[in-house]
Amino acid sequence: MFLSLLLIVPLLTSIAILLCKGLKQVRTISLLGASTQLILAFDLLIKFWKERSSGNTSTMLFEWDYTWFASFNIHYHIGVDGISVCMILLTAFVVLAGVLVSWKIDTLSKEFFFLLLFLSLGAYGFFISLDLFTLFFFLEVAVIPKYLLIGIWGSGKKEYSAMKLALMLMGGSALVFVGLVGIYFNTDVGNGQHTFNLLEISQMHIPVHIQKIFFPFAFIGFGVFTALFPFHTWVPDGHSSAPTAASMFLAGISMKLGGYGCLRVATFLMPDAAHEYSWIIILLATIAIIYGAFATMMQRDLKYINAYSSVSHCGFVLLGIGMLTQTSITGAVMQMVSHGLMTALFFAAIGMLYNRTHTRMVDQLGGLLKVMPFISTVFVIAGLCSLGLPGLSGFVAEMTVFMGSWQNPDKLYRLATILACASIVVTAVYILRATAKTIMGPVTNAKFTTLGDASWNEKLASGLLIAGIVAIGVAPFWLYQLVTPAAENIIHPLLRIVMK
Amino acid sequence: MPDDFLILLRQELLVTALIFILLFIKVGSKERSNESLMILVNLLLLANFLFGFFCDEEGTLFNNMFRTTRLLNLEKNILNLAVLIISMQSWSWLKTHKHLLEFYMLLLSTLLGMFFMISSGNLLMFYLGLELSTIPLAAMANFDLQKRESSEAAMKLIISSAFSSALLLFGISMIYGTTGTLDFSELPAHLTGSDLQIFAFILLLAGFAFKISVVPFHLWTADVYEGAPVAVTSYLSVVSKAAVLFIFISALYTVFKPLADAWYNMLVLLAIITIIIGNLFAIRQNNLKRFLAFSSIAQVGFILIGISGSSQAGTASVVYFILVYVFSNLAAFGVISVVSAVTGKERIDEYKGFYKTNPLLSWVLTIALFSLAGVPPTAGFFGKFFLLMAGAGKGNYWLIAIAALNMIISFYYYLRIVKAIFMDENSQPIPRVSIPFISKVALLICIVGIIFSGVISSLYEYIYSLCSSF
Repeated sequence: MFLSLLLIVPLLTSIAILLCKGLKQVRTISLLGASTQLILAFDLLIKFWKERSSGNTSTMLFEWDYTWFASFNIHYHIGVDGISVCMILLTAFVVLAGVLVSWKIDTLSKEFFFLLLFLSLGAYGFFISLDLFTLFFFLEVAVIPKYLLIGIWGSGKKEYSAMKLALMLMGGSALVFVGLVGIYFNTDVGNGQHTFNLLEISQMHIPVHIQKIFFPFAFIGFGVFTALFPFHTWVPDGHSSAPTAASMFLAGISMKLGGYGCLRVATFLMPDAAHEYSWIIILLATIAIIYGAFATMMQRDLKYINAYSSVSHCGFVLLGIGMLTQTSITGAVMQMVSHGLMTALFFAAIGMLYNRTHTRMVDQLGGLLKVMPFISTVFVIAGLCSLGLPGLSGFVAEMTVFMGSWQNPDKLYRLATILACASIVVTAVYILRATAKTIMGPVTNAKFTTLGDASWNEKLASGLLIAGIVAIGVAPFWLYQLVTPAAENIIHPLLRIVMK
Repeated sequence: MPDDFLILLRQELLVTALIFILLFIKVGSKERSNESLMILVNLLLLANFLFGFFCDEEGTLFNNMFRTTRLLNLEKNILNLAVLIISMQSWSWLKTHKHLLEFYMLLLSTLLGMFFMISSGNLLMFYLGLELSTIPLAAMANFDLQKRESSEAAMKLIISSAFSSALLLFGISMIYGTTGTLDFSELPAHLTGSDLQIFAFILLLAGFAFKISVVPFHLWTADVYEGAPVAVTSYLSVVSKAAVLFIFISALYTVFKPLADAWYNMLVLLAIITIIIGNLFAIRQNNLKRFLAFSSIAQVGFILIGISGSSQAGTASVVYFILVYVFSNLAAFGVISVVSAVTGKERIDEYKGFYKTNPLLSWVLTIALFSLAGVPPTAGFFGKFFLLMAGAGKGNYWLIAIAALNMIISFYYYLRIVKAIFMDENSQPIPRVSIPFISKVALLICIVGIIFSGVISSLYEYIYSLCSSF
């Protein structure tokens, strides 16, 4: 039941924001709301650990079931496993950091914070849903506010990017919808009734030919969210036009909705089809990794650099899922968490730079380390995490994905793994080059020398995200232990198929 | 028997009584100010709406000519609600109108006709109700007496209505010729699916399709919607469409059940072209009323998908969707009507920068458009979801896939307006519009309906339980 608090708190916060008068109240309420979310997320983590260490091994914990629409057998059914707990933690981190980073927003600030917190409602709802209808409901809740966030507060060709993003994500959810309806009508719980219940469906065996039809709908649909090649084109435009907090949310959480959906819905419910189609997933993921990396090399705009590198990094998530081994799926989840934190930090740093220098072009920046040491350090940390430096989360996650992938003895899969590994070199090139040009060297523009360093809110936001990154990088086992049992549950039906 | 008569016919009698009250006021008294009259009328309509919830008797009258069930009663309540909201929203338009009482008399006459049409148990009774509900509508469309477009709209409406009535009558006469009866309860036994009967059914379907503007019978819609006064446009697009849809469903599921194989395919085909054509034309519109005309055509396409499902889920989802549609479409029209009454502006370009001057109205319009587009957590999401679920019940997944892809197109054009309101710059935005109190209440009702009629499941479940009688 207390899981519902994760929905009630953002909801109440956003309503309270609407009732606020004045910028100060809006900020206070948003900060309070976002901090409460983080506290709730940690509370959930502790409770989850206690429950698991006391020997409770059921697939989902803290389940709560309420019949919503009886005639369609739709339930408000929530519960969490290790993967959802990670995602909830990630969301709480990014939302709080996002609120802190947007502290200075003064145009239509009430609407901005309202939409931001409303988005978090959608994300939490999505991660705790165990009913396909509720899951889909929250997935769509988390789309439209982004359109407004980018279109109103964005920069550059914001209307175009906002529309592109909204339509592509809506297209993704339309595909998901067809997949879900297809799954629903092929379940049977007696009396001609069907079910949306994830756990029940995973116990049933949906006929293989049905799976083969609806798996692509669900997987590609969710794949659009997580920048599956060739449906990644919304990522660069959307991210670069969005205001900082929205970029952080988009890359940090929104893209993870897709990865989570691919795992929880597509792979978990239709294992036969996942096994059948895994080579296509791996092919597309490898293309995304390499293409994303090379495309990043050509970019001059810092936000585009991070956006394209997100395409590449989310390719690792899909690669991990496509490899279908327990370790690789664990790695995929870890990569989601790591990338979420890292990319949010990166966007936060870029936003801070941009607010001061009013440019994001690599060529026009230079020597910022001398002017704003704190922001530059944050930038470097994010960059190092992105290229996979040991001690930070990126290394742990990518390593796990590679190890999991190598377990698959097939030649094609081995080749994909090697190519994916090789892309890390390219990553290092573009990250180091961008860092060197913007941060190091002499100050290129005399105007920059007068600029100030990070303010308290920006320091707090960066500190929060860096803490998360280091916690995973230095002590990965806690995340590993959290995710592994859940990954095992997802992989379980697959083992049966492979045995055959 | 007299008791039965009073109870079963109570809604119709009440509406008739209202018409007479207005008539007496018109004939018998000296000049009164429009405002006091409008308060009175709105109170009467409110009483009419509330009264609809008392006693839920079921039964038939006049030798099966007239029947009423709890579902029909609910449908009439929905229409009553819509009429009440429209009346409240047109406050600023009617405030200065010379023929206020005539407008309401015509409005209530059409409502009476719709009630008889929904409750009809016989094709003749159905036809009678239909005519009573359409002829006064043409007069209403002409109610902007100074505007030429308004007369044009009325002319187009009356001609296309006459044409569709002719089609209906032709179909009815052929059905009578092949079966020898017009009674709804006797007809199914006599429908064998012979060629002539199928032909008669096609004529009937075309007649219906005209009234609910299904492609390719939609051509009158956009012009009439554009020319007619906003209040009449919203009445046309919500109430009159809803009424015809209600009788359409019950006719399909009960009377024409033996022909189900034939009408299923026709319906699916009509649904697909209606959605696609409605969507594609909506993209190009620049007048908000025309825009809503085409978007409402697309919405009817979705309703047809719901109708193609099984009877209980289909009926429930359609009735529910219409309720949601009443809230969402009337919220959109409410904003347009308030703005248009003060400034006369109806074009999408003119709404650029609307948020800077009218934040409240902008949010209402945005929420209404989101609900029409089917974005959660608005009720429109649930409405569309259930329609498509009902349609998918027969295993026609490709139909659902087409509909789902069309929803993306519809997002594009709904977001286009949101973009104009929130993002586009405009040196001369619409000035701040003051909303009359009573219109504010109407908009509030719509917004509350949009937000809560979806999330609170008991409403849908209640409608579903009423539909079990089929």
